Amino acid sequence: MSDTLKTIHALGRLLAGAAGDLLPIVLVVAFFQVVVIREPFPNLTEALIGAALVVVGLAFFIRGLDIGLFPLGETMAQAFAKKGSLVWLVGFAFALGFGTTVAEPALIAVAAEAARTVAEGGLIATDPEALNAYAYGLRMTVAVSVGVAIVVGVVRIIKGWPVQRLIIAGYLGIVALTFFAPPEIVGIAYDSGGVTTSTITVPLVTALGVGLASSIKGRNPMTDGFGLIAFASLTPIMFVMVYGMVY
Amino acid sequence: MELVNHILGTAWATLFDVIPIAIILVCFQAVAIRRVPPNPKRIAVGFLYVFIGLTLFLVGLEMALFPVGQTMARQLTDPQFVGGAAVLGQVKWTDYIWVYVFAAAIGFATTAAEPSLIAVALKAEQVSGGAINATGLRIAVAIGVAVGVSLGAFRIVSGTPLHWYIIAGYGVVMLQTLAASKFIIALAYDSGGVTTSTVTVPVVTALGLGLAATIPGRSAVLDGFGLIAFASLFPIMAVLAYANLVQWLEKRQIQRNFRDQNQQRETHP
Repeated sequence: MSDTLKTIHALGRLLAGAAGDLLPIVLVVAFFQVVVIREPFPNLTEALIGAALVVVGLAFFIRGLDIGLFPLGETMAQAFAKKGSLVWLVGFAFALGFGTTVAEPALIAVAAEAARTVAEGGLIATDPEALNAYAYGLRMTVAVSVGVAIVVGVVRIIKGWPVQRLIIAGYLGIVALTFFAPPEIVGIAYDSGGVTTSTITVPLVTALGVGLASSIKGRNPMTDGFGLIAFASLTPIMFVMVYGMVY
Repeated sequence: MELVNHILGTAWATLFDVIPIAIILVCFQAVAIRRVPPNPKRIAVGFLYVFIGLTLFLVGLEMALFPVGQTMARQLTDPQFVGGAAVLGQVKWTDYIWVYVFAAAIGFATTAAEPSLIAVALKAEQVSGGAINATGLRIAVAIGVAVGVSLGAFRIVSGTPLHWYIIAGYGVVMLQTLAASKFIIALAYDSGGVTTSTVTVPVVTALGLGLAATIPGRSAVLDGFGLIAFASLFPIMAVLAYANLVQWLEKRQIQRNFRDQNQQRETHP
């Protein structure tokens, strides 16, 4: 009986938290609708049902993180660290980065958009076949770059390299490439860094980093465990610009 | 009925997001680790929750936020609404004040509800033993996105080149890194990548393309991109700035305490 009560209590807290997360959006939309645009709100019932779904969905998601994604990511990281095989760990890191990015819907959309932009700039042919080939190549490039990023990030955690040195080197690389890449691709390249890390990848990769750093002696989960996502959002920028120069 | 169809359709799409990840995890678990993780049932339930949660979340967003966000982005960038010089087909950046305000407000609000950011903030609070407050971190990141998207909107209106902003931003981040405590650096860099996913990207992209399409002389393809880049760079600055500020305040507090103690010693020997 008390278990059921506890569950209901926990569920209520999760729902309240999720409602709090949504509140800023509701306020912003309401303010602009009433004060600035001053038009009646379209489809109010639909919006209210949608908002309720968002709250319930967020609550489920966060509970799922706590009991599923986080523990699994961490136990896997610990198992790899215990096994001591760098090859398996690197293979896993690459597969996780590549596999989760290649099918990412946001990336598919950005790649198609990029192909259109580049074709308009006259760099490739405008027939659908050429566009598809370009978009496919771009998607693969970004997926490989995220795989490489997670591998580099994992090796960094094992070796204990300071994160800022690699990131600053990455920044310098991006700045240098910017001046050689075709201008049409630069905006897309910069944006591609932000869209690669999906909502399921982020918790897993974070748990992997933190789990790894806490099971290797001499590594601090706070200073060494984070940073994988940062690499995963830097390397696509560089790889996409290189792709634009080579293709 | 329509709602049920919508949910099932989204569930199908989300399933294709989850399946490759599940396959990779199961394969490596079976081939490399060769051991069943503790509580396999609980973990499976967790995955199910994540799947259900994401599906409902996306359906809700598509019903409640995306149409409104896109309509508002269109209305706010409409030359009739902007008024001033825009009606005559000219661009004066001061006419677009409401666009900047909207960009900042919607950037802040969508980031606050971003599930990836919630995940990273929860982990950071847990790992730091509470020294980093999950809500505080999320607010810092959301402020960063607000400033970033707002500045990005200004860039599209003024038509200045994207890469100079980004390169200058990198410079600022490097300087801040030198001054920041090692404790926060990796987390700050991570917060740039997690801000822009499910909630923020569709709304912010609609704003960028709407602006570029309605402002005379801007091309949607050349100028419409770049808002996401701003939204991923500025949170890094915001988190580092927050860390710099906390450090500076602590240092001042320690110095003050030290001075007080010395004074007390002098007055009460």
